[in-house]
Amino acid sequence: MGLDNLLAGNAITLKLKEAVAWARKYSLWPMPYGTACCAIEFMGVVAPYFDISRFGAELVRFSPRQSDLLMVMGTINYKQAPILKRIYDQMCHPKWVIAMGACATSGGFYNNYSVLQGIDEIVPVDVYIPGCPPRPEGILNALVKLQEKITQEARKDV
Amino acid sequence: MNMPHNNITKTLIEKFPADVIESHEAYGDTTVIVKKGRITDILRFLKEEIQPSFEMLIDLCGVDYLQWKDSARFEVVYHLLSLKTHDRVRVRAPLSEEDPTIDSVSPLWKAADWYEREVFDMFGIIFHRHPNLKRILMFEGFEGHPLRKDYPAEKRQQIPTAEIDLLHLSLQNRHFSETDHLPTRSMILNIGPSHPAMHGALRYQVELDGETIHRAVAEIGYLHRAFEKHSESSTYTQVIPYTDRLNYLSSMMNNVGFAHAVEKILGVEIPPRAKMIRVIVCELSRIMDHLVCLAAAFVDLGALTNFWYFFDAREKIYDCTEKLAGARLTTNYTRIGGVWRDISPDIITGIHKAFKVLDKAILDVSRLLERNRIFIDRTRNVGIISKEDAVSYGYTGPCLRACGVPYDIRKDQPYYDYDRFDFDVPVGSRGDVNDRLMVRFEEMRQSAKIIQQALTRLPPGPIMIEDPKIALPAKSNVYGSIEGLMNHFMIVTQGICPPKGEVYSATEAANGELGFYIVSDGGPRPYRVRCRPPCFPLTASSERLVEGGMIADLIAIVGSLNIVVGELDR
Ligand code: SF4
Repeated sequence: MGLDNLLAGNAITLKLKEAVAWARKYSLWPMPYGTACCAIEFMGVVAPYFDISRFGAELVRFSPRQSDLLMVMGTINYKQAPILKRIYDQMCHPKWVIAMGACATSGGFYNNYSVLQGIDEIVPVDVYIPGCPPRPEGILNALVKLQEKITQEARKDV
Repeated sequence: MNMPHNNITKTLIEKFPADVIESHEAYGDTTVIVKKGRITDILRFLKEEIQPSFEMLIDLCGVDYLQWKDSARFEVVYHLLSLKTHDRVRVRAPLSEEDPTIDSVSPLWKAADWYEREVFDMFGIIFHRHPNLKRILMFEGFEGHPLRKDYPAEKRQQIPTAEIDLLHLSLQNRHFSETDHLPTRSMILNIGPSHPAMHGALRYQVELDGETIHRAVAEIGYLHRAFEKHSESSTYTQVIPYTDRLNYLSSMMNNVGFAHAVEKILGVEIPPRAKMIRVIVCELSRIMDHLVCLAAAFVDLGALTNFWYFFDAREKIYDCTEKLAGARLTTNYTRIGGVWRDISPDIITGIHKAFKVLDKAILDVSRLLERNRIFIDRTRNVGIISKEDAVSYGYTGPCLRACGVPYDIRKDQPYYDYDRFDFDVPVGSRGDVNDRLMVRFEEMRQSAKIIQQALTRLPPGPIMIEDPKIALPAKSNVYGSIEGLMNHFMIVTQGICPPKGEVYSATEAANGELGFYIVSDGGPRPYRVRCRPPCFPLTASSERLVEGGMIADLIAIVGSLNIVVGELDR
């Protein structure tokens, strides 16, 4: 971060980090990596009734370069896994990952030759959402949790 | 046992006396078992010469009979359908373990190409003279064939690192008969699976001449979750939640499709009220499915507003399904022998309310789009498929009807008293993207009409059959009588055991014919469950549909086919 260098060692640094985190957490740009049923619930979240824009994360971007929140929604199998990994690698820092639903979290009830048993085998995950599929409120809750985490991260690393 | 059972088998036996091993009729299905040597001739005869002719290859699948005594190791099973009389026939060709090979029927039907690839992938059966016999669901480099009985369900294999290269998929593999040359140097473009219009798990690689697609190849399998393998280790009731996740846009309809097949092999008839409720939830699901299909297709075409309108209506229907089944999306509502919970007056009011919103949404969207210049330019005469090709590819459902073939199982082989409802089957005339989308529009209206009728006619009575071998007894019975307790215990511990045999049952799902082929060995778990996913043939044809069009047309075409990857890859 250019700003960090500019103000390094200064007493304001900490506060600036927090300010940046504050700005970031209310303008998350999700990259919806939806492969299965869970993605349909996500469509519900961006639709008017649940309206994710109340939380500042409505600007979905399908380009990993333009987004900072990878939302993995759905089953990831071994054929899909390398692609997910590549998408994650292509995202710029800072970046966060939400694993939505039982499948992304642990493989769900697909314990078989084809399905990856949780995306945390290949990418780090910040927030897990339980459910099959999680309710839209669950997704919004995860977003709030992530926002809290972003604040805490900024407080933690000096 | 060469006893002819009807005209079809009789003619077949007369024509191929040395090749028909056996024929029988069970559960209303006609089955012919034949020697594999002349399979192409036999199927050609059925397709072209016999009356009625079976012009459609509805399904082709494999079965591994490893655990059956006195049986050849493998079998390839063909399900044929006559569009004129709606007769069906099943042809089975046994293959030995030492020589699991058979002739490809891809010269007869275009549908056979992908079906046979899947059987090769899952069972390792070799199809002679197949134009492009390679894996389809699993990745290249996968060892073994997962649906073989001796492949352990949990044996995982890491994808070879070379496969990580996204562009490994080679267009050279695309079998191509014409030898035309491009005037310029072509460009290869990879689309998906992580692409907004590819629904997360579908991938195309196209060769472009400018912006025109010269050749295209589709790759699927990015959401293969082993539904069929899981079914073999679950009881019949436990399979139902898995069926929710086949076509997750309309999960209730998949439940019904599967339960319908199991009830067929059990030989039971569900109570009238349960039937009517099933009709209601099926049609609700059809509406929900079409709403998402259309909304997503419009978003891909740049018409975002319509997405908001449609999702609002869908949200209202969600409220009803939630009240009914306790879940929005994966409802797990149907039970073998009936449905889980009764429909309450509250829900009926909810449905009427939802329909008000739906009517408004349909009206708003059709006003915005029906005569919209941009929309028409992008959809009319784009992605045309002819009647003949559609039949050869095994199209069913709205996409087939958009070509002008009025085949609808609800009308032609009615189940659940669909013949007593007053509704129309909308058909198109051009078979282009516009027709496919517009047919869905009209189908939503017709489904709403069916539901209105069903709600007024909802008969009183039980919602489950009373057979103690199939339905769980009422809780008061379980706690109140020793017999009830025993029945409960037996069903929970032993499961439902249909007789030994096989059935194929088809229902009209949102995307077309949803078929389940169940082989039972008499135990509580199905020996084999094959799901005939309606969008598999649609996807198979998409390679050809997009060729010659612009790259932006690909998005419109894929959107209009409504490819739901959950049921495509299973
Ligand atoms: S968690 Fe459940 S709803 Fe989500 S993708 Fe997996 S099976 Fe589908």
